[in-house]
Amino acid sequence: MFSDYSAPPMWQNGPALGKYYDFPNVSTNKISHNSTNGKQRYHTPLTTGTSVIGLVFNGGVILAADTAGYYGSMMRFNDCPRIFQVNKYTILGAGNDYADIQYLNDIIKQKILDDDLHNDGIALKPKSLHSWLTRVLYNRRSQFDPLWINAFVAGMQNGEPFLGTVDKLGTAYEDKILSFGFGTHISVPYLRQEREKNPNMTKEEAIACIKTCMDMLYVRDARSGAKYNIGVISNEGSEVQGPFESVGHWNIATHGTPGQE
Amino acid sequence: MFRNQYDSDVTVWSPQGRLHQVEYAMEAVKQGSATVGLKNKTHAVLIALKRAASELAAHQKKIIVIDEHMGLSFAGLTADARILGRFMRMECLNYKYAHKDTLPVFRLISTVGNKMQVCTQRYDKRPYGVGLLVAGYDDNGPHIYQTCPSSNYYDVKAMAIGSRSQSARTYLEKRLADFPDSSLEEIVKHGLRALRDTLPNDSELTTKNVSIALVGKDTKFKSLDERETGHYLSLIEGEERRGGGGGAPPADGPDDGPAPPGAPSDPTPAVAMDTTD
Amino acid sequence: MSSIGAGYDLSASQFSPDGRVFQVEYAQKAVENSSTAIGLKGKDGVVIAVEKLVLSKLYDPGANKRIFHIDNHIGMGISGLISDGRQLSETAKTEASEYRSKYGGDIPLHLLNEKVSMYVHAYTLYSMVRPFGASLLLASHDQKDGPSLYVVDPSGVSHGYFGCAIGKAKQNAKTEIEKLKLSTLSMEQLAKEAARIIYVVHDELKDKHFELELAWVGEKTNGKFELVPQSFLEECENYAKTSLQDSDSDNDL
Repeated sequence: MFSDYSAPPMWQNGPALGKYYDFPNVSTNKISHNSTNGKQRYHTPLTTGTSVIGLVFNGGVILAADTAGYYGSMMRFNDCPRIFQVNKYTILGAGNDYADIQYLNDIIKQKILDDDLHNDGIALKPKSLHSWLTRVLYNRRSQFDPLWINAFVAGMQNGEPFLGTVDKLGTAYEDKILSFGFGTHISVPYLRQEREKNPNMTKEEAIACIKTCMDMLYVRDARSGAKYNIGVISNEGSEVQGPFESVGHWNIATHGTPGQE
Repeated sequence: MFRNQYDSDVTVWSPQGRLHQVEYAMEAVKQGSATVGLKNKTHAVLIALKRAASELAAHQKKIIVIDEHMGLSFAGLTADARILGRFMRMECLNYKYAHKDTLPVFRLISTVGNKMQVCTQRYDKRPYGVGLLVAGYDDNGPHIYQTCPSSNYYDVKAMAIGSRSQSARTYLEKRLADFPDSSLEEIVKHGLRALRDTLPNDSELTTKNVSIALVGKDTKFKSLDERETGHYLSLIEGEERRGGGGGAPPADGPDDGPAPPGAPSDPTPAVAMDTTD
Repeated sequence: MSSIGAGYDLSASQFSPDGRVFQVEYAQKAVENSSTAIGLKGKDGVVIAVEKLVLSKLYDPGANKRIFHIDNHIGMGISGLISDGRQLSETAKTEASEYRSKYGGDIPLHLLNEKVSMYVHAYTLYSMVRPFGASLLLASHDQKDGPSLYVVDPSGVSHGYFGCAIGKAKQNAKTEIEKLKLSTLSMEQLAKEAARIIYVVHDELKDKHFELELAWVGEKTNGKFELVPQSFLEECENYAKTSLQDSDSDNDL
């Protein structure tokens, strides 16, 4: 973290930060991790998380994702939460390779802690986190070693809701409705339709919409699970709710306009 | 040859627990022309006195822009100030590249402090011979920070550093209570008056030898041009000059008096480390 | 101190004929010239208090702190050269963060203490660097070990303490600390006593203005190291001032 700014080693192999200070301190780790010399990188996601959906309502943002971890087409893990509270301004949601998600989340948590340790009241803002993720993911893909992640950042900045996403290639954009995975096909059309009907959705209406989406995804997406979390953020603060549980039923077959069935 | 046997290297502690090389580096700040920094509730202002090397030379620049929300003025070795300035620009730029936002002022200052500290602890380095006044604006409002060659830094309400700056500090201390509620124009005027107090009686502030820079709420850091500087100078023109400008060293700062030109007087080192204050 | 000035005291990598490393002793001298800091360990937490001397009216009140947050659960108080102390606080932060990325948990204070003191010690071995001119108080609390408190010296030596003092008034402060029954005191009582001791040992003739910095970690803060809330800080200061007046009037009698 801070090692760029603190005292450099006194000389080659001299005492340095992060080492036990036994002398002479001979480094055993001289091979560059970044070279691709003669190696082929084979990378595919292993344990995966499926859809993430995000929705901006009047005065806030919602993210939702289920907690299933799939090993190919096998539902291998039941409790893999993918919605994280970053700080009081920001929520993170992520899909795809769960190990990569955990890795990145650990780094972000330490980053937030580093912010807190300054004790100056300045915390990471959602736009900054979105930008930082874009740089990290784009950098990794440029080294032909991407983190297999689709990340979603939701938050409040200057009183305005923010919702943005980045994929493993570093492609980044913002929108009022965002999704990853099967949610793109199932939830986005529905959410667009609802938002068109009711552009100034309240928090409660938005949560109802998102819950309908998660129900729909549970019955239609073969890689989904029943349990899911919802992250809600507004000017009152951020909160991860759940886990909620979808109960399978056929009413959804009419493309889920609730109350119609 | 040496004043004592403990002052040859920065790596040598004196028996009293002092670092003489660092204290000598503090002296370099007092050789530089004076600069003043102060702030109100929304803005931070830097005022600097520029010197010209000769009649034929232009005045040496005293203000360095770091980023849209921050800049600095300095007293001491210009070259050292520019090294630090370049470092600070890079830090701000890197932060902006990663975070799409401006680097909070305190974060940068503590980074700079740690960079400077390394130079006070190693045989192959010397301390930076420059003091900085950094003016910046972030989510916590306007800031003035003072940094020293000893790698100490201070969050200040107002400060003056450089040659004969004790007079300016005296002025600032007297008017300190007024600053938070003053308007931007008033703050600049206070700064100019403080700087004017450091001048000998026979010299004046002019648009050529004064630099003014400011930053604040909805105001990006900018150095004022000669026309704007002239406007502010005219506002304090004709006011009666206050004490301290008489050329006599101020009573409470024997170590801060002006070096008489040409006289090879032994500089009296100020105590650099707060531990011995 | 016969070897002072004989040329054996100019380098950290040189022993004097009587087996001392003077440069380290001189660095400790820098701490002894600096403002006082104390640490108290009670039954359910640790308190750190620092007498921060304010040398100019122009400094912002509350800024230029001498107490640092190292990790969620660890805090550091500094006496000596503040810039040396800041550098060491960065070292400690980096160690805590690397521990977490390796082992996935909070670093135990005894491990952090070991790492930081070995780092400090490394600067006492070579002529190309000088020893650090700062002493550190390290405080933490966790469920397993309870409260813990360490002091790291410029020599790289460190010890665990129930109560400790560093800086110019350390002797007086130690005497005051020894009067307390530390293991029976709660965090609030510790904070008040710490405030009182700082006020007692402050030398009004030499150092006029000072600010009290007070921070704690323990069961009350759920194992988080925090600055004492402003309202309680004022309460502690009032307690310190009144008990100071009481003892003054006792002396008058």
